[in-house]
Amino acid sequence: MKKFSKQTISGFVNYGIIIVFFLLFQILSATGNLGSSLKGQLIPICSYIIMALSLNLVVGISGELSLGHAGFMSVGAFTGVVVANSLSTAVPNGIVRLFIALFIGAFVAGIAGIIIGIPVLRLRGDYLAIVTLAFGEIIKNVLNCLYVGIDGRGLHFSLKDEQSLHMEPGGRTILSGPMGALGITKLSTFFVGIILILLVLFYIQNFVNSRPGRAIAAIRDNRIAAEACGIPVTKYKLMAFVTSAAMAGSAGALYALNFSTVVPKKFDFNTSILVLVFVVLGGIGNLRGSIIAAAVLTVLPELLREFQDYRMLAYAIVLILVMLVTNNEKAMAFINSKIKSLFKKLRKGEAR
Amino acid sequence: MLSYLINGISLGSVYAIIALGYTMVYGIAKMLNFAHGDVIMIGGYMAFCSTSYLGWPAIPSVLFSIIVCTMLGIVIERLAYKPLRDASSLAVLITAIGVSYFLQNAALLIWSSNPKAFPNMVDLPNLVVGDIQISSVAIVTIIACIVIMIALTMFTTKTKLGKAMRAVSEDKGAAQLMGINVNATISMTFAIGSGLAAIAGVLLCSAYPTLMPTTGAMPGIKAFTAAVFGGIGSIPGAMLGGILLGIIEIFAKAYISTQLSDAIVFAVLIIVLIVKPTGLLGKKMAEKV
Repeated sequence: MKKFSKQTISGFVNYGIIIVFFLLFQILSATGNLGSSLKGQLIPICSYIIMALSLNLVVGISGELSLGHAGFMSVGAFTGVVVANSLSTAVPNGIVRLFIALFIGAFVAGIAGIIIGIPVLRLRGDYLAIVTLAFGEIIKNVLNCLYVGIDGRGLHFSLKDEQSLHMEPGGRTILSGPMGALGITKLSTFFVGIILILLVLFYIQNFVNSRPGRAIAAIRDNRIAAEACGIPVTKYKLMAFVTSAAMAGSAGALYALNFSTVVPKKFDFNTSILVLVFVVLGGIGNLRGSIIAAAVLTVLPELLREFQDYRMLAYAIVLILVMLVTNNEKAMAFINSKIKSLFKKLRKGEAR
Repeated sequence: MLSYLINGISLGSVYAIIALGYTMVYGIAKMLNFAHGDVIMIGGYMAFCSTSYLGWPAIPSVLFSIIVCTMLGIVIERLAYKPLRDASSLAVLITAIGVSYFLQNAALLIWSSNPKAFPNMVDLPNLVVGDIQISSVAIVTIIACIVIMIALTMFTTKTKLGKAMRAVSEDKGAAQLMGINVNATISMTFAIGSGLAAIAGVLLCSAYPTLMPTTGAMPGIKAFTAAVFGGIGSIPGAMLGGILLGIIEIFAKAYISTQLSDAIVFAVLIIVLIVKPTGLLGKKMAEKV
């Protein structure tokens, strides 16, 4: 039998974690042990995991700092809502409609990724970070005054107000500016969320070990050397950026179709930062870390409920302390030695 | 038209003062200090408390606010950033975000989320030139900005400490070998930046008198863009970037769309960066292979 490489095994462990996570929550909810607040968090957790994985593709594998990832999530979310809403009579089946919405959400976010990526990827380092931040804010601002309506003649768009949509009587508004999307039919399910995570994970894990993936890692490690070897830098950077944007778009659509209302303000700078925190805390470039950090940190504010008013304060302190400890060599050496001695003790226990 | 221009310059002066803090810290520590915007907010609250609760007159309460923010800047640097001096820049960035969350939520606990009406700090009559009325706050802001600009330029070029600061930002290792205390210099930069943030907080709240725990966030981001706009790390660049950003914002609000003004500001930034990737006054660094 052919032996699997280390990377393949690590990939299978990641799928395993997601499936175990899914089964665990299925069992918990079937036996009624799952609190309602946690139950409502399941789909947001899924979409944040996808966000973290997709941002990891840009920050970890491509090595570019992006501070506007929530912008793509937002594009995907509102595209998904418009698609799901306008197809409500044409495609009665909820799951099929959800998949169409996820796909088109990802597609439109991918196009946004191309439009933003072409100028942005010429810049480097902190300048690239600030421009992605600026694009995120522009997307938020534009969506904040976007009105979309539907009637017998099709979709209507306006940047002014509801009246200027000029709809036939009987038409309905889907997006109404700063109020966002109202009356969304809840289509997302936990199962679809898990499927989406597995797909994204499968794609990224195979992408990293493919020819373009290796080229992107080469560009990250040394751009000039890679360029000298004949790797088309812009093409591969753009490929990573657009793929990541499309994944963020599908995460956004999944997220939006879980709630009855979604406002553009939800996807602001703070959301981008939140996802970046998942990636950095999980370990830059480490997919498993991103998954765990996204899940834990989304649930953490709920777990800190005992602290009541102090919980966001506690969250901030935890964040600072984790960064200080993981970047301190002495502290990490101490923790590693403790973990090693713990494993040694366990092994000795087994031997007996 | 002229009154818009003056409003723009006045708002831009506030951005410029905030941007100076960003740019100095970036120049010396090579980090994006995301907590800077929240130091502005703390500065605003300090001035608010000393005037509204303690009944202090304007000048002592501004001084009080500057002192508190300077101390805060030093404490933040010592506790959160100093241990990460050799860590990756992303790790420092996330820590700065943690500090920003911390300050916002601490303010939320102390002063609650209700907006506070900021007292009028500048008790002077408005200036009337012809048929244009110029608010006294705008004038004070512009004057403060010019004074700070001149003082900072003098400080960095003429004094020993200022020269040390520039040396550290150029080459940390070489500066250390020349006998400059690098850690003390970095602390001092944070102190100056935070003191400027306090002044900016008072001026910002005098112009827009509602004070909330999130007051500092958006001006912080905009001032950061202003710093990049002018070329991050450069003091005149931060000044120029801030004022231009303020003017663009006010004109976009007046002539194009109130809702889209932020989008327009950021779009201009993007265009500038695409044409001139190091900002307006940024230095182009040769790349070593």
